[in-house]
Amino acid sequence: MSLIQLSKNQSLHAALLLPVTNSVGAHLRRHFSSTETDTRTLTIETSVPYTGHKLEPPSRSVETTQKELLTFFREMSLMRRMEIAADSLYKAKLIRGFCHLYDGQEAVAVGMEAAITKKDNVITAYRDHCIYLARGGTLVGAFAELMGRRDGCSKGKGGSMHFYKKDSGFYGGHGIVGAQTPLGCGLAFAQKYLKEEHVTFTLYGDGAANQGQLFEALNMAALWDLPVILVCENNHYGMGTAEWRAAKSPAYYKRGDYVPGLKVDGMDVLAVKQACKFAKEHVLKNGPIILEMDTYRYHGHSMSDPGSTYRTRDEISGIRQERDPIERVRKLILSHDFATEKELKDTEKEVRKEVDDAIAQAKESPMPDPSELFTNVFVKGLGADAFGVDRKEIRTVLP
Amino acid sequence: MAATFQSLGASSSLSTPNSFDSKLFHVPRPKSLAERKGGSLFVRSDLFPDNGSKLKVGRAGNLAVNAVATKGHSSSTASKPGHEVLLFEALREGLDEEMQRDPCVCVIGEDVGHYGGSYKVTKGLATKYGDLRVLDTPIAENSFTGMGIGAAMTGLRPVIEGMNMGFLLLAFNQISNNCGMLHYTSGGQFTIPVVIRGPGGVGRQLGAEHSQRLESYFQSIPGIQMVACSTPYNAKGLMKAAIRSENPVILFEHVLLYNLKERIPDEEYVVSLEEAEMVRPGEHITILTYSRMRYHVMQAAKTLVNKGYDPEVIDIRSLKPFDLFTIGNSVKKTHRVLIVEECMRTGGIGASLTAAINENFHDYLDAPIVCLSSQDVPTPYAGTLEDWTVVQPAQIVTAVEQLCR
Repeated sequence: MSLIQLSKNQSLHAALLLPVTNSVGAHLRRHFSSTETDTRTLTIETSVPYTGHKLEPPSRSVETTQKELLTFFREMSLMRRMEIAADSLYKAKLIRGFCHLYDGQEAVAVGMEAAITKKDNVITAYRDHCIYLARGGTLVGAFAELMGRRDGCSKGKGGSMHFYKKDSGFYGGHGIVGAQTPLGCGLAFAQKYLKEEHVTFTLYGDGAANQGQLFEALNMAALWDLPVILVCENNHYGMGTAEWRAAKSPAYYKRGDYVPGLKVDGMDVLAVKQACKFAKEHVLKNGPIILEMDTYRYHGHSMSDPGSTYRTRDEISGIRQERDPIERVRKLILSHDFATEKELKDTEKEVRKEVDDAIAQAKESPMPDPSELFTNVFVKGLGADAFGVDRKEIRTVLP
Repeated sequence: MAATFQSLGASSSLSTPNSFDSKLFHVPRPKSLAERKGGSLFVRSDLFPDNGSKLKVGRAGNLAVNAVATKGHSSSTASKPGHEVLLFEALREGLDEEMQRDPCVCVIGEDVGHYGGSYKVTKGLATKYGDLRVLDTPIAENSFTGMGIGAAMTGLRPVIEGMNMGFLLLAFNQISNNCGMLHYTSGGQFTIPVVIRGPGGVGRQLGAEHSQRLESYFQSIPGIQMVACSTPYNAKGLMKAAIRSENPVILFEHVLLYNLKERIPDEEYVVSLEEAEMVRPGEHITILTYSRMRYHVMQAAKTLVNKGYDPEVIDIRSLKPFDLFTIGNSVKKTHRVLIVEECMRTGGIGASLTAAINENFHDYLDAPIVCLSSQDVPTPYAGTLEDWTVVQPAQIVTAVEQLCR
């Protein structure tokens, strides 16, 4: 489960990468640098074509730059490392309760973020650590929240399933399967009401795709042309049940019927980015759209689930070998000489250190004060206080 | 039995039958319309006996029969004459004023827009404010409640209407987890300023599923406030306060009270969300009630006064949190408590209130608290059976006589 193992699987499978053009120079050797003057662009074809339902799918060719690919690599490695570290912390009993890990699915978070701005909203369910990070959350905020400390993003009162970041449009973080889909439509409703030209990405899983409230919300979103993009992160297992055992129709992108859909290879960060960009433009003109991200999670549903009773280890390692999102980007980078292998390894080492430092810092953070038990139950204001028997005078001030 | 309270009108007013105190005979300016200070309006409630936020009617004459006001005696109410409204019109006025005042207030519900609301509360609002602000939803309570909550997370202030409170059971997950708890689990990042309102309670032979009292189910949800309106005056005031509150508020209306008529002030007023209302001050026993049962209690009070008792009637209005201050002062004075509610016996508001009073005011009680609630049965359709499910004034009289023995 370590980086060493990951790099062992690295081998140049040229078949997976089909560079169409390489615009600047030909195989110029450039060292990885973080300068802004990088102009090497690249057009890559996605590994798997898009499949559309009631719409014209976008082109398979994705434009990207060296800088972008290196950023993707770093971000995904950071997310992967964070989730692995959370795994160890959970086993060390520093994280309690439920912990749902996102490793394997990083491409969805990173690709989506690359296509949108912080003014767009994102809401997801309980597998939210990496999306929180993608939306601008800090590692310390994440780890402190996981460990229930004061410096957590929700002051330690939310936990793994309740990460939020209002200032960058990340609306959480919800524990009940599917309950976030009406909320997401509400966010989009507000955007339409306030006439903002932004969209809401509402993420849910293949398990939640069978919830009634999803279809209710879909109906309303389509009825009122709400700017919502429903993203089904199909990792093929709803908790412990495989999708073919839970859904009559596993084509989740078609399930919207009157709502157009697009099926995307969720392990290919460039494909995800292209799809999300396309979706954002589409939705601002035409109303909601469903994106189905074909992805995979290496861990079980949560830390209490070994993840091997309903699927074989061969399946997991097979996906890791062939479709791992970080490996894919690594191969792209190496094959186009955007960085050397050593540089990538150094990045991974940096990332590891960053995560370790963040954990150390989070461990230093104190537990919340006992008085925090009662804060944030109500908001202070008109008609807010829960008072006791010795109130002498009531005075409420209207806003 | 049920028709009687209609004739009471909604101008339920009061005066202490004991002393013709000139202090109490002051200009019955509603206390809630208090001093205006530089843009903000203070809702000030003084201590008992000058109870706050209630229209008072001064009355001369034979005090023994002045237990309950009847229509036609509401002349010298306010400095301004005010206007007469029915309760649903009062709700609409409150909603209209708030929608005018703040463009973020919107209404979401079934049949609220073009149809005008199944109880006419939102009639005319869609023409005035447009289809987006008064949104007709499909019949999908779970998701449109969730949608309202999601919109509130970004700063809108939706007023979510359940056509009948019982339908909101479908949205219980959204109300409990997202509405009540999001402010807490996000560490204070999100506020959910929604108002969830709708008619509930036992109506006229509506059947079991349409006669539910949801206040007992919602009362444990942390993070929400619950209020119940009973007169046009407090309906409008509570509606406005609920919309302005930053907390999620559930406003319980009652199917049978929509046609109550009362004269309410012309000027703007709000009513505090956590205060109880002193309906009738008294000395012998404290009767705590809310919503429709207030009228049964006042009906019983008439009989009780004739028999020589002096009940103090308090409409608790705020179901969560309880106004233990007003209630406590009353208990300290009378030492006997009777709770009359429409909830079912098990786990109802009365049950919680009994526990709260016992815990806090045990030393002041001379007798055990008696709680009269509806029977623990699904409300039957047959009229006579339905009458026996809820508490009737005769039972209240009997209970008071027993308690005050």
